[in-house]
Amino acid sequence: MAEELSRHPGVVYSTHYDYMCSDPGQELLKKAIKEHRLNGVVVAACSPSMHEATFRTAGEEAGLNPYLVECANIRKHCSWVHDPGEEATDKAIRIAKSLVEKVKGNVPLEPVEVPHKDKCLVVGGGIAGIQAALDVAEAGFEVLLVEKSPTIGGHMAQLSETFPTLDCSQCILTPKMVEAARHPRIRLLTYSEVEEVSGFLGNYHVRIRKKPTYVDPEKCNLCGDCEKVCPVRVPNEFDRGLSQRAAIYIPFPQAVPSSYTLDEQACLGLEPLRCSECARACEVGAIDYDMQEEIIEEDVGAIIVATGFELYPLENMAEYGASKVPDVIDGLEFERLLSASGPTGGEVRRPSDGKVPKSVVFIQCSGSRDPELHKPYCSKICCMYTAKHALIYRHLVPDGKAYVFYIDIRAGGKGYEEFVTRAMEEDRILYLRGKVAKVFREGDKVVVWGVDTLTGKRVEVEADLVVLAQAIVPSSGVTEFAQRLHMSLDEHGFLKEAHPKLRPLETLAGGVFIAGAAQAPKDIPDTVAQASGAAAKAVALLSAPLLTHSPEVAAVDEELCSGCGICAPQCPYSAITVDEVAQVNEILCEGCGTCVAACPSGALTLRNLGDEQLEAMVEAALEELEPARAAVEVKGG
Amino acid sequence: MVSGNGFEPRIVAFLCRWCSYAGADLAGTSRIKYPPNIVPIRVPCSGRVDPQWVLDAFERGADGVLIGGCHPGDCHYVSGNYKARRRIYLLKKILPELGIEPERVRLEWVSASEGQKFAQVVAVFVEELRALGPRSVTSDA
Repeated sequence: MAEELSRHPGVVYSTHYDYMCSDPGQELLKKAIKEHRLNGVVVAACSPSMHEATFRTAGEEAGLNPYLVECANIRKHCSWVHDPGEEATDKAIRIAKSLVEKVKGNVPLEPVEVPHKDKCLVVGGGIAGIQAALDVAEAGFEVLLVEKSPTIGGHMAQLSETFPTLDCSQCILTPKMVEAARHPRIRLLTYSEVEEVSGFLGNYHVRIRKKPTYVDPEKCNLCGDCEKVCPVRVPNEFDRGLSQRAAIYIPFPQAVPSSYTLDEQACLGLEPLRCSECARACEVGAIDYDMQEEIIEEDVGAIIVATGFELYPLENMAEYGASKVPDVIDGLEFERLLSASGPTGGEVRRPSDGKVPKSVVFIQCSGSRDPELHKPYCSKICCMYTAKHALIYRHLVPDGKAYVFYIDIRAGGKGYEEFVTRAMEEDRILYLRGKVAKVFREGDKVVVWGVDTLTGKRVEVEADLVVLAQAIVPSSGVTEFAQRLHMSLDEHGFLKEAHPKLRPLETLAGGVFIAGAAQAPKDIPDTVAQASGAAAKAVALLSAPLLTHSPEVAAVDEELCSGCGICAPQCPYSAITVDEVAQVNEILCEGCGTCVAACPSGALTLRNLGDEQLEAMVEAALEELEPARAAVEVKGG
Repeated sequence: MVSGNGFEPRIVAFLCRWCSYAGADLAGTSRIKYPPNIVPIRVPCSGRVDPQWVLDAFERGADGVLIGGCHPGDCHYVSGNYKARRRIYLLKKILPELGIEPERVRLEWVSASEGQKFAQVVAVFVEELRALGPRSVTSDA
């Protein structure tokens, strides 16, 4: 291949080396640039997504403008997907030649330098968002922490204890919530949603809508008089509907900000004539029916998205009687039943009749690892929290029986395997390997039919309560939010990272980072670690004096431009203005080239990917091979 | 590229760097095999693809042209893929007048997580072009 390329017009030096990305490989490249005074380099190796930066840096170190170095992707696009032989070699040659043609048309470019804003927006006030906000604020930058519900804390606030240490979840979380609220550099915006995001790397403009809570948090002293007189009762979301709350409520006693919220949807009416019981009961006059929504506009340099997860809806699990049988509940509902601050005060009582269940069946992988009917992926945390559920249940109801149906036990993590073993051995929880076929109600029992695949026997359990370890799914609304930020989602709707292994905290949208279960199901230690990592990335960006922007953007040949204006509406970033002739704002232009393809007079071009370059690349890709080669091919065939 | 008696079509693929090119990378990382008839060219966005390029490729001997973009709603540049869709739709309308079967141009949405799909798209396209035969037969007519 190196030999074939050496005959290509314009190629003065062509050689072969096994590991181009290694230090000796890069040295080889630098030496060749200097010795042969090269003004263009093609490295035929791995994907440019992986190593373009590596080789461009090496080129720069040898005195070559980095934009004159290109990668021909003959590994991922050729050798790894085709059987060895003439056809694959031909293809590799064609790929490399097309890149040689591209380099011939490349011109030296200098990066565009951009100043940036120095605030950080954190979206989502769960443990991921709280941790990220604290870390960024501690590093000295202003943070806006936006949470859509009336309090920060997220799902972690709903949990009873945490595996594998059995720390009380709220006890370890609430100090962080308070710290976030008190931090001088964190501006907490609860009951708020990010409505619009515009701009680009380091320079985002955000518009946040803060809904009115109708209660002045400065005045509210949490006496609870309003709640007592409120005539409305609706299901309490925090308790997953296992209890009722008034229209004016506080999600849980340690909520931050510590203030009541009036739920406009549930309230009988905000006009004082309709009800106004709460306002009359409030001695400090904290309730204000005239409170208006607030629009907050801010410029931020970095964004951390920590929008978290939800549980796969119970009603999707018809085979397990979910949402028809009241004593079939999900894991978060069970957390509330175990929690000392929960609807039953920490006594395990089943929803239908309030009895203490003497027999509880836990079903793992409910909706997970089920590509035919539900989600194909493993939700990662369910093995551990089910072991925790069963263990705490056995502690609270010592004469109760706990059964766990599982497919596999995945207990990878510090102290995790030991924890599951403890649940099995010390707390004598019966683990049954097999899937549950059916769950149905019979009298006041919930009957579970399953198979124990280790003994090959059918199993029937007459349970009092069934707990489903529902699959973890991304928060609702994350799709629209991701589109607003130009972030990609994976096939299941989780936020997609820039690289699954090497850039797991970044997204393809510059300056936008991800943390927590919004990226994939993960437990609290992983979430906190990722949040701190995302914060470090954001801080690195915010601390840089200037950001650089790729110069491979659109450019106008003013001689050719007729000022027709066809290009301007093509641009999603409003980077083109037309005043007699078109002008491109290099900072706003992201280099997609959509305008270039639309220009009828050929006045627009994309730097280093112009039409002439492209034509030459196509020609090289389709070029007839030399007769000598063709002969070999016939012989080989 | 004729091997034996079988016709092997030559395909040029314009792949957007964020989705389809990355999807092809994933096919590579996952070692998913597909026919080697395709030469990929990386473009920033399917919206960068000028329909003129497709015609140029046919003029230079391509039997098929594949354009790969992000799924609707997922374009890294917001809406370049929608523009590509309109342009390719119109291009396909005029291709028969030039003696080129519209089936020789294929616009596909392949995301960065769809390595398998990328391999499948190529395999199916190659199969269809084999059935259709060399392009010169019709264009020379």
